[in-house]
Formats: sequence, C-alpha cells, structure tokens
Amino acid sequence: MSQRTVELSLATPGLDRDGTPTRIPLGIAEPPGAHYDDDFGAEHMLVNIGPQHPATHGVLRLVVELEGETVKRVIPHIGYLHSGFEKLGEYRHYNQIIPLTDRTDYLSPMANNVGLALTVEKLMGIEVTERCRVLRVIACELSRIISHLVWLGTTGIDLGAFTPFLWSFQERERVYNLQEAWTGARLTTSLTRVGGMMADIPDGWEAGLRDFVRTFPSTLEEVDTMFTRNAIWIGRTQNVGALTAEEAINYSLSGPMLRASGVDYDVRKDRPYLGYEDYDFDVPVGEHGDIYDRYRVRLEEMFQSTRILAQALDKLKPGPLNVDDPRLILPPKSRAMSDMEAMIYHFKQVMEGVKPPAGEAYMGIENPKGELGYYMVSDGTAKPVRWRIRPPSLINLASLPKMCEGALLSDVIAINASVDIVMGEIDR
Amino acid sequence: MSGARVSSSVAPLRATFGVAVERSLVSCGDTIVYVARERSHDVLAWLRDTSGQEFNYLTDVTAVEYRDPERPLEVVWQLRSLGRREDLRVKVALDKRQPLEVQSVWDLWKGSDWLEREVYDMFGITFAGHPDLRRLLMWETYAEGYPLRKEFPLRGHFSRAEQTRQALAANPEAHYSLEELSIAEAYGELPRDMQERLARGERGFLR
Amino acid sequence: MGLENPDAESRAGGPTVVSEMSPNWVTTRLDFLTNWARSNSLWPMPFGTACCAIEYMATAASRFDLARFGMERQSFSPRQADVLICAGRLPFKLAPVIRRIWDQMPQPKWAISMGACASSGGIFDNYAMVQGIDTIIPVDVYVPGCPPRPEGLLYGIMLLQKKIRGESIVDDQLREEQMVGPSGLFLPAERVDELSEPFGNSVHQTRSSS
Repeated sequence: MSQRTVELSLATPGLDRDGTPTRIPLGIAEPPGAHYDDDFGAEHMLVNIGPQHPATHGVLRLVVELEGETVKRVIPHIGYLHSGFEKLGEYRHYNQIIPLTDRTDYLSPMANNVGLALTVEKLMGIEVTERCRVLRVIACELSRIISHLVWLGTTGIDLGAFTPFLWSFQERERVYNLQEAWTGARLTTSLTRVGGMMADIPDGWEAGLRDFVRTFPSTLEEVDTMFTRNAIWIGRTQNVGALTAEEAINYSLSGPMLRASGVDYDVRKDRPYLGYEDYDFDVPVGEHGDIYDRYRVRLEEMFQSTRILAQALDKLKPGPLNVDDPRLILPPKSRAMSDMEAMIYHFKQVMEGVKPPAGEAYMGIENPKGELGYYMVSDGTAKPVRWRIRPPSLINLASLPKMCEGALLSDVIAINASVDIVMGEIDR
Repeated sequence: MSGARVSSSVAPLRATFGVAVERSLVSCGDTIVYVARERSHDVLAWLRDTSGQEFNYLTDVTAVEYRDPERPLEVVWQLRSLGRREDLRVKVALDKRQPLEVQSVWDLWKGSDWLEREVYDMFGITFAGHPDLRRLLMWETYAEGYPLRKEFPLRGHFSRAEQTRQALAANPEAHYSLEELSIAEAYGELPRDMQERLARGERGFLR
Repeated sequence: MGLENPDAESRAGGPTVVSEMSPNWVTTRLDFLTNWARSNSLWPMPFGTACCAIEYMATAASRFDLARFGMERQSFSPRQADVLICAGRLPFKLAPVIRRIWDQMPQPKWAISMGACASSGGIFDNYAMVQGIDTIIPVDVYVPGCPPRPEGLLYGIMLLQKKIRGESIVDDQLREEQMVGPSGLFLPAERVDELSEPFGNSVHQTRSSS
C-alpha cells in the first residue's frame, strides 16, 4: 500500500489553525480526552433513524439521543404504516376480514388467517374437523418457519452478514412454492374460512412438504455452524439488550422475546388450540434475555416446527375438511347451480355472511412474533362491532427504549432487529 | 353463554370491592367483570398483587364502542395469570356524556404505555396518570378526530384533497428536535394552557 | 477513420461499427448511447413499506436476482438513486416522507409504483391511506397485483427500461421539477371538490404533478 492511500483512507479534509485546507488524520492512538476541552461531549446529539431506512425493517422511525456514542434515550415513532385495519374490519363480513389479516403481519399470513378463523369459531361455538385442524397446524408451523427466516436474513444483514439472507430466501421460495400450490398466492393466502379451509391441499402436496421437512434442517445447521460460535456474532449479541424475566412480564412481551428472558410461556403449550397438546415438541427457553438468546430461541423454534410438521403429516388422514353446515360453508359450485336449496344458501352466505350470536371472544395464538390475539365483539349482525388485533410486535417494540438504555448506537440496530418487528402489524 | 364457568376471581372481588364490582358475565367461556370507573386502578392493582389472583400479565388494553349510540363506551383490560394460566377481562363503562377518562395502569404494567396511547389516539379516551399521553399512530396535528369512534366515517371527515394537503403540510422534521424531547419530559409539569397549545401542535413558544 | 457518414440503419438509433478493421470505433446517436447506459444501470431506491417489500426482497434475492437488470446496487440513499420503487401502501402519515425522498433524488429519476395499494390505495379505501402515490409524486410504471409476483416487478422494470430508451436528453420538459408545498402546486381543496363533484369520493384528490 502506498503512502498516499494510507493518507486518504485515514484522513479527513479540514482546516488547520491558520485556516488553510489540510488533511486531519483519523484514528490516532492518543488517550481519550487527552487534548479535548471540557465542554466536548457535554452536549447531546440527536440522531434520527428512519422512517425510510434499511435497518428499521419497514417504516419505523427512531430518534436516538446520544452522548458520545452511548445512547441516552431512544424514542420510537410509529404509525407511518397505519392503514385503518380495525376500522375496515367493522365494514366487512367475518369471512371478508380474512384477506385483511394477510396484510397485517405479512411475514406469516397463514397463521393470521388461522387465528381469525379460530376467533370467529370461538364466538360461534364451532368445532372444526380433525383434518382441518391438522392442516391448520401445518399452516401455522410453515408460517413460523418463513417468518423466522426473514428475521434471520434481515438480522444478518443488519449485523453485517449477507449470506444468510440468500440462504433464508432460498428456503422461503421453497415454502412459497408449497403455499402457492395450496392457496394460489405466494403471500396473500386467505387460507381459512369460518368453519373450515378455503381449499384442501392438492395432490402430491404432502410429498413436497415431506421433502421440505427432510431437507430444511440442513440449512438450519449451516446457519448454526456459521453463527452460533461466531466471534463477531457473539460479540455483537451477547449481553446486549438484555431484559430480565420480571421486566419481560411487566412489559407484556410475548413469543420468543418473552421466552428468551427465561419465562416458559408458550400459548401452544399453556392454552392449547388446534390440538397442539397431542404434538410432541419442546419449547426453547433462554436465560439471559439478550439478543443471542433470542437468536437461539428462534433457531430452535424452527427445528421444533419441522418436528411438528413431520408429526402433522403423519396425522393427516382423509376425511371431511369443512364442518357440515350449509350456513357456514359455501356449497360446491356444481350443487349451487343445480339445487335450489344449495343456491339459496350460497346466495345468503355471499350476500349476508355468517352471523355469530351477540357476544365477544378473545383468542390468542402463538404467532412467530408472539401472542397474536384477536378480540371480536359481535352484536348479532354479520359485521363485527369491534375487531381488535393484539399486535405482538407492537407490544414487544414498546420495550425498545428500555432495552437500549446505555447501549451503543450500533447496538440499537441490533436490538431493534432482535425484536422481530413487522410494521404492517405494529401500525395496522 | 349460559352454563359456562365463572372465573373464581369474581367472588373475592365482590367481597373486597363490594358495589364497585358492578356485574360479571361469561361470554364464550371468558369471564368479564365490569367495575366502577373510580375504582378501576384499585381493582387492577389488587388483581395483580393479591396472592391467589396473581394476574401478573397485561395482555391487552383496548376500547369498544357499540353501534347503539346510547350504549356507553367500554375500556377493556385483558389480564392473564401466567402461573395459574387464567384469563380475566376487566371492563369499565364510560358514559359518553361524561368526560372520557379512566386511570392509567402505567405504574402497574409498563407494557400499557403504548396501548393506552393507542386507545387515546383511536377513541379519545384519556388515561389519568399516563406520563406521555400523545397520539401514537396518527400524527400529532391530526385534526379529523378519533378514527375508531362510530361517528367517524370510514373515509374520514375531510375530502381526499384536504387530507392530502394536510398530510403534506405536516413537517416531518419538526417534531424530532431536542425541543420535543424536552416537551415529552416536562409535559406533566407544564401549565394547563401550555399543554393544550402543545396538544394542538403549536410549537416554538417554549424557550 | 471514424468520420464516415453513418449508414441509414444507424440513423434509426442502433450503433454502427464504422470499420471492420478497427472495431474500437463506433458511431451512434448520443440519445441512444445515454439511454442505453441509463436503462442498463438503474440504481433502485426501494421505498419498501408493507407486503410488497417482501416480494421486492424476494425479487432481489437469489432466485429472481434483480442484479441481472443492472440493479445490483440497491441504493438505500435517495441521493444516489435513479428509480424510486414504492413497494407497499402509503398512508397519509408517510406522504411527506416519500415526497421528501423524491425531492432528494437527483435527475434523471423515475418512479415505479409497485402493487395495488401504491397505485390506487388498493383495498384500503379509508381515512388513513393515500389513494395512489401519483397524488404525491409522478409515477412512470404501475405494477398491478396484491402483491405483484417478482416476475411482475421484473416486467415493470423492463417496461421502464423500454421507456427510458425512448427518451431524449434534449427534451428538458422530461426533467422538469415541480416542487410541492402547502401553497405551491395545489388547488384549494374546495376548488378540487367542486371540480370533482360529479364523480364521487374516489376522485376527491389532487394530482400534485403530472
């Protein structure tokens, strides 16, 4: 390396004492504060990150108050993607809300569909068929895998590793192929209906899923090899953004964030739905509550999801998919066009929609981000009075100022990535 | 609805708070307890701290407005006991002719911070004791009202042209200054008229 | 050498190798050369907000590989970008942000509106959503779909490249900037309402620039 290159790469243009342009070298090895006057660093600096910034995972805006490089305060500003979902839901039939749920947490659309269908079914007191339950478990676990894969890829980019992004999107494309064959859409699936599913899986789909379940863990092992003992990864993540179990509960965290802090709470285990009690899987629990533990928890959850998928494939037996109630499920098109009664049911359902009795129901499911809750209030008409989404990543993100106290500016990016936010759900 | 099990917390609640526990009912297997507006904070603190109840986890805070304009607004707290695996829904009914105000539970659960701000933003219900009650999702100078109220039309009060104009006029840089940070810190101690001017989006008079 | 008149074919726009003996010399129109360079080295600025951003990421990732179209460098800074790709819905709260980013981009610049929400508001015809980003910034290519498949986005990008190849560097109207302020380009709201009165709510909007 020539002398000139060294000078250019380690120096910044500036003025010397007499006002003539010169080059001020950077990175000189002097003790900190050696020749700075006392006022230097006394003033806080304000750094604005976002709303359009690649490391904010969407349109989050963070205002960071810095003293030197140490964070004094982080103020998140959200709402840049507020789309009025809850208001729209009050103007939609229950089955018409399902396409809206695709677009809240768009990283795990199928799990959201399942959550909404379960809520309305709880409101109406419907038990779905066994085959439907197993298919919904498959949908939920596939969603967990693709959502965690996005988290892995984008967090890798945030911390300076690009390769995992390509790996995870490669695997996601395989899931997308399955998803597309089943639902017809890569992302906006609208998979469920009240009382059943939009469609059964096509022929040969099980073989495709089996193939995925068999080969996917090898990708995870590659990630494990690359990250888990990587000195840079450990240095950036361990003891950064840690929350104790008491703080995690006090901040109402859920999902991997809560479990990384050592609280063993998983909705699938503690309030089982869809027959999760019949599946054999482990819930990973961290102990330090830092970014590293969150990474370990999410990685292990993907392994466990493949275990659940394998068991669900074994449980999948032929049988009826939808509940046998013409007021809930559309009759087949062939019957609707030939049978008077079926046609009336078809007409009434399309025009009026399903009508739950007056009442209200809260249903929480374990989504990749945490506990996704839907709270439906019905007054007996075909449209809900109130459709409330309990957004897990909004509540997890609210702990960001707490986690960033005393961290470095670069840690803010890592901590924000570890929350696993998706703005569509935070702002709704 | 009938025949479902009422949560075991209802009887001790009635024994402790008497008439402040207005009524309880069960809907879809979940127990709902209506409490008086003045005692909501006491009830929630008692539910959190009393052994045998231990509702240590605040799942959600939200509000409901019914289509019937005569029915009161409801503020809803979803409580959960992580250890006992129990849920309880506590509600406060707010008469629309009275000021819409309940007590904040920010001192009990830090997780309620943004949830209460969201309820304020969407319904206009104020939470007494919240340290930083500002709009959360809409911008601070949003002038159309509270979107989730039933009298708020789906497409808003203003025309699209006016909405676009107002949105573009909202200067995104303005409220990311040191000034705003100091406002957030000192808001509670400011005199009432200053708070109102700040709430309307006025800036620049604080020096 | 190199000074011979180009033949008829080259006047149509394509480059011509003037001499078999010296392939280092090429004559062409300046427009063609600039447009060829511009259209094949577009630097996209992904303004990813919602679901479409995930499909944008899928487009950029290994299977679809956006780099094949000269878009290897994703510019996350508007000052070094050529194409603004608005991937996702745009609420009113975000409207000043995209306008600011658009104003920060240097000329020449183009915009792609990816997905139904960015193009028209999509299913979100409500109080929070801008009904199409073309009410805020000028748009060159609309990609339909909710969300568009990566192939759809790639097709949109190829359409944009085709459009760029048809531009002329001497046509300064193409590069004209129209700044927007509260008092600037906008008609008063009442005037717009009056103009759009017969057409109902969905046209109660301003077109801030062409």
